[in-house]
Formats: sequence, structure tokens, C-alpha cells
Amino acid sequence: MTTTVPATDQGVDLVLTAENITKSFGGVHALKGASITMRRGEVTALIGDNGAGKSTLVRCLSGIHRPDGGTITLGGERVQLDSPLAARAHGIETVQQNLALVEDLTVWQNFFVGREITKGVGPVRFLDRAAMRTKAEALLGGLAVNVPPVTSRVRRLSGGQRQAVAIARAAGWGSSIVIMDEPTAALGVQETARVEAVIRKLQDSGVAVLLISHNFDQVLRLAQHVWVMRAGLAVAERRADQTSGDELVALITGAKAA
Amino acid sequence: MTTTATPTTSAPPPTRRAVSALAEARHLSFWAENAAPIGLVVLVVVFSILSPTFLTLGNIQAMLVAGAILVILAVAQSFVITTGGIDLSISATMTIGAVGFGLAFQAGLSFWPAAVVGVLSATVIGVANGLLIAKGKVTDFIATLGTLGVATGAALILTDGKPISVFSPELLRLTTGRIGFVGYPFIVALVVGVLAWVVMFRTRYGLHVQAVGGSEEASVANGVKAPRVRIAVYIWAAALAGMASLLLVARIGAAEPAINTNYLLNSIAAVVLGGVSLSGGRAKIVGPVLGALLLTALTNGLTLLAVSQFYQPLAVGLVVVLAALLTRFQKR
Repeated sequence: MTTTVPATDQGVDLVLTAENITKSFGGVHALKGASITMRRGEVTALIGDNGAGKSTLVRCLSGIHRPDGGTITLGGERVQLDSPLAARAHGIETVQQNLALVEDLTVWQNFFVGREITKGVGPVRFLDRAAMRTKAEALLGGLAVNVPPVTSRVRRLSGGQRQAVAIARAAGWGSSIVIMDEPTAALGVQETARVEAVIRKLQDSGVAVLLISHNFDQVLRLAQHVWVMRAGLAVAERRADQTSGDELVALITGAKAA
Repeated sequence: MTTTATPTTSAPPPTRRAVSALAEARHLSFWAENAAPIGLVVLVVVFSILSPTFLTLGNIQAMLVAGAILVILAVAQSFVITTGGIDLSISATMTIGAVGFGLAFQAGLSFWPAAVVGVLSATVIGVANGLLIAKGKVTDFIATLGTLGVATGAALILTDGKPISVFSPELLRLTTGRIGFVGYPFIVALVVGVLAWVVMFRTRYGLHVQAVGGSEEASVANGVKAPRVRIAVYIWAAALAGMASLLLVARIGAAEPAINTNYLLNSIAAVVLGGVSLSGGRAKIVGPVLGALLLTALTNGLTLLAVSQFYQPLAVGLVVVLAALLTRFQKR
């Protein structure tokens, strides 16, 4: 398989390269060979109409779906992301659109479910609840907005608070890539501004962010690079400062060819 | 972002908690959350007024011994129900455990090896349940209904339908031995209850059980191996049923091949009384244990009052339906 690196990517420090990713669900070809790249230290936006394959591509990158074909390269090393744990082990954290929070559990339990801190001797291990509460408090406090108590159940939190919990969880593990699927879709104006501030903060700390969004203003505000998806393919890429909302719409609908 | 974070995480002091508990008593949710302990206290008061023998030491001992089996089954069922599943085969699994023990003992094994055979044969049913549900994606209700049938039939076939008498000094000691005034069977049940509580609320596995029951999708996205958690929960439930079967054999003095559906219904009833939602996600151990004791006290009290046996299932049924109605008012 010959890999044609787009001209714009030459000499650029790529933190992630996904090439020719295919994924089908029964007869539905959700991804037909999509290729995208992410540059180190940048916010990369992934846009496209409903059903264009954004979420499927993201799920392949976060290890939830196993791609049928194609390769994923992280910092020059080809990787298999067979499970969410494998993706995490490679420093990829994801904030799912549904946030992947267990509503019946508390905030700190949601922070640590799947990677609990334990104490004990040998195989006899117990949850270190105090340590997990303290760490969850610190991570959430880093967001510094309307922080819910870490002992409250997620069921009782507002939409913005849930988003904050999910983002703080994703950001809190020393990850190099954080993927966010429509992080502000369900939020009001104020809470959206706060989440955008969090995304900038993440970028400042050197984390590469992959942002899925329907909001072009937001994309142009936050992202440095934009990938456009249509019908299971990544059809175009643009530098954010060299494009406009109108052009992005035209690329999404296919009115303008790449 | 300049807002100073002031996470308010400290729990209220005990005095304030007591006051707020009193304030909550006016709400239905208080009664719903605490149905089992309240019901138990009410039953004890009512029966001790109606029958002078109810609160005697001898009767309390008898109740605790009789309730031990149900306590263990309720703990097992509580784990399964917390994952959002249900184990309809639990009482048939106990029968398989008893039959396995009886046959091994009859074949000449001594008590402890035979006991291991009993627990292992019960565990086989749990493995089948777990694989059917987690790997075969069969609905829990149907899978365990199927193994209920298979286990019931297998128990009858293996024994030719005849009970196997077991005379062993260890079994005798298990039924008659006691520490203080508490008999061994209830001590076994208590140890099971305490261990189950620790596993559920203080270990990684317990957290995963609650997480999978709350939202399997979210758990998997966070790296929880949901199928494994489910399989393990059915295996543990069956192993506990196997342990309960030893208490059952000790109590009857024989391995009975006929299954006792009362134990199945009462184990689910105890969990519901204990305030566990059948949709899963919210774990409770103390509640189901108290629920099991409540059902035992109910049966015992009705017997003491010379109420016809026919009324006992009716009473249990009414109590359970009432408890289920109350759970609607639980705080989410």
C-alpha cells in the first residue's frame, strides 16, 4: 500500500496519522478508507454532516471499534488500538458524545472506574477510596468552574457539570491526545465558553486535541487545522486561518470539491 | 477562568445527618430506602405482642439457623441483580450442589472432599449461566430459566428421584454447633454477608459490578471487561448456592433431589425488600440480608400463630409487592 502524504504535511510534526481506515456494520460502510492526520500541539477539528462517519472514525481511534482495514500511526509508530485500554496505553483519551459516565456511580468512581487506585498486599487489594477522591477533586478543581462534589452521584449533575467531569477525566491521565465528540452540543452559552477555555488550556499544556463539532464558529475559534468528512471519507483538509465557514459548508455538502 | 474552586465534598457531621434523617422520614423515599429494616422491626414488634414464644432465645436461634440459607442466596442474588441480571436457577443450583455432595459422600468421600464436589457441581451451573448470558447474549431471564430446567432434571436423574441420606459428624456439628448463642449456619451466612459487602464496596471487582449494572456501554468505554464481570457474577452466585446447599443438607440430613422454588422466589423477594432496583446499578448487601431475615421472621411468626401454611406464600407475596411499590419512591 503506497502512502501518499499530502503536500501540506511534509516537514510537519504529526502526532497521529490514520490511513485508509475502513469499517462496516453489516451492509453499512461507515468508513470507506478515511485518512486524517493530527499535528503536535494543535487542535484539529473533524467536521462533516450526520452520517459522514466522524463518530465511527473517532471510535476507531479510541479503541471502541476495531477498524476493518487501514493503519494508525502514533508518533511514527504503527499501533493496534484493539480496546479502549490499548488506546489509553498509547496516550489517547476520549470524551464520548454520550460522555461514558455511569449515572449510578459517584463522580470519583466515574473518574477511576477501569483504572482504580488500590492498596493492599499481593493479590489482596482494596480500593484506595481516599486517594481516588483526593485526585478526582484535584483534577476537577483544575477546571475551576462550578465544581460538583466528587461524592455526588453523576445522576444529580447538570449537563455542564457532567461534561466537566468527562473532560477532566480524559485530561487527567497525562494523555498526549484527547478526542472530544461534540463537547458543547448540549450546553448553554456560558458553559460552552468554559469548555472552550478548557480545550485551550489543554492545548497550552501540549496536548493535541481532536475536536468533532457541528459549530463552524467554534471550529474556526479553536482549531488550527480542519478535516472535512463526507460519505465515509475525509475529503478535504484546511488550515483554519485560510478558510471560512462558507467554504467549510460547501466542502461538507459537496458543493465544492476538495 | 478566575472562579475559585471550592469543592464541597465533606460529608455532613453525624448530628446533622441524624437531623436530616428525621426530616427525610416525612418523605416516602425514606421508607422506600429502608423498607427492610423498618419492616423487620415492625414484624418483630407485632409478632412478639401476638406470640409469647416469638422473642424467646430458642425461637430466635431457630430463626437465625432457618434464615442462614436464605441470607446466603439473597447475597448471591443481590450481586446478580446489581449487574442488571437475574438468576432464576439459584435454587435448582443449590439442589445440584446438594446432590453432588450427597453422591460424592455416598461414593465414600469424607465430608470436606464431598463438600468441595458439591460446591463445584453447583458452580458448573453458574459457568453455564455466565457463558450463555455474557458470550451467547441470551437474555438472563431465559438463560437461567433454561438452566433451572436442566438442573432440576439433572438432580432427579442423578439420584433417580430418591433423597440420599447423609450421616456425617461434620454435618451434625454444622447444624448443632454454636458460638455463644448463634448457631454455625448463621455464622457462615454472616461471614458470607461481610465478605460480600467488602467485595462489593471495597474492591475493584465490586465497583465493576456496579458500573456494568449502571451502564454497560459506559463501563466498556472505560475499559471494564463487562462480559468477564457478568460471567464471574453468575459463577460466584452458583458457588454461594453450592455453599448454601451444604447448610440445606445439614438441616434436612439428606440430599433432596426435589427443588424448593420457595428459595428462588424468596431470594429475589429479599433483594427487592432490601431496596435493590431490578434494573441494576445500585448495590446493596445489608438490605437484602435484612430482607432475608424479614421473610424468615414472617414465616416463623405465622407458624407460631398457627396460621395455616397456605397463607404463608400469600403473606410473602403481599410483602414483596408492597416493597416493590415502595421502591418506586426511592431517590435515584
